[in-house]
Amino acid sequence: MCLAFPGKITKIKGESAIVNFDGIEKEINTSLVKVKKNDHVIVHAGFAIQKLSSKEARQVFKIHEESGIKHTQKNT
Amino acid sequence: MKNQELNILKKIHNLASDIGRLIQIMEVCGTHTQAISRCGIKSLLPKNIKLISGPGCPVCVTSQEDIDAIVNIALSGVPIATYGDIVRVPGCFGSLEQARQKGAKVFTVYSIEEAMFLQKKYPCLVFLGLGFETTAPMSAWAIKKGLVVFSIHKLFFPALKTLVEMKEIAIDGFICPGHVSTIIGTKPYKKLKARQVIAGFEQKDVLMAIYMLLKQVFEKRFVVENEYVRAVNPEGNIVAYKSIFEVFEPSDGDWRGFGIIPKTGLKIKNKYSKFDAKKKYKNILNKIDFSRSQKPITRLSGRQTCICGEIIRGLKNPHQCSLFKKVCTPETPVGPCMVSCEGACNVEYRY
Repeated sequence: MCLAFPGKITKIKGESAIVNFDGIEKEINTSLVKVKKNDHVIVHAGFAIQKLSSKEARQVFKIHEESGIKHTQKNT
Repeated sequence: MKNQELNILKKIHNLASDIGRLIQIMEVCGTHTQAISRCGIKSLLPKNIKLISGPGCPVCVTSQEDIDAIVNIALSGVPIATYGDIVRVPGCFGSLEQARQKGAKVFTVYSIEEAMFLQKKYPCLVFLGLGFETTAPMSAWAIKKGLVVFSIHKLFFPALKTLVEMKEIAIDGFICPGHVSTIIGTKPYKKLKARQVIAGFEQKDVLMAIYMLLKQVFEKRFVVENEYVRAVNPEGNIVAYKSIFEVFEPSDGDWRGFGIIPKTGLKIKNKYSKFDAKKKYKNILNKIDFSRSQKPITRLSGRQTCICGEIIRGLKNPHQCSLFKKVCTPETPVGPCMVSCEGACNVEYRY
């Protein structure tokens, strides 16, 4: 039940916004988040529940990739 | 599988071999259960890593009493709207779907906004509100706009705390739910002395979470780590989280498999009692014989009992249920874990 989809806001319409999900546009309720045009959001059951940060997304894999390599080096 | 995933998998195998012993990891979100099976992750893991499904599917943890209550309200002629799978969960008086076959008006919606749209046509409509901190803010929003809700919402974190403290099963680490955490943030998890990694739902997210937990096991650390930083921050979604408690207050939560866990339910505050279906339809609820709801669900003339409760607590797996794949299938589910597409039995059956 916690399935959610990431999308990009293309237009703000008061308490809702048009969100583009990889080409498909849908009107989404944005009353639970403060968003502006071009923000990436994660949408669950018709509501944007959080803003997405693509920069941080890339960082986590980089950090753990490095930490994993260190571990492998230590143990081999 | 991409290089990145293969690299993580390789590291998981190295680390698991260094640790040597059996490592039990519990995923406490139904969406993770489904992602793990869909991506075939179990078959890729070393033999000494065991993934166990926990109580993270809101449909699966809904009690028999709650199903019986809403089915009786529907059969009394009150139109009901709710999210997907819950309509198929059988109770002692049948499921909402069976109530619909008998003429009750039961609608499934993707969003609570659709229920508000239906309310224009059916002014008496009741929305069956279920889910954890992720969907509770949406119900709070709709109640403030005048939608009548039958709340079976639950708070996830206090329930996880209870599960950890019960110590029925030795769990080395927990994969914590990504989307509940977008709302509650990472801070609450720090109250628990358990290895926890909050994870997203892609294959690499789950693999990374397993790797991060193994690393904690190897280094003998017990910390909360956030793999899903692209969506989860330490504070969570403060606006959404606060909105829950403007409308709801914590109450006893009735969990399938666990029974009553204090302060894990969400009941509508008196201020909004006009929109509380449990109060509005008290006369219907008072007439229900709930003693039937407390009996275990049986099949084959009462000889075989559904073990969904033990599966939810991670004590048993679907193959240990004598009904699994025989009388209990996704087409003819006996218990909720077979109904929900994120339930442990349903996922085990399909993959």
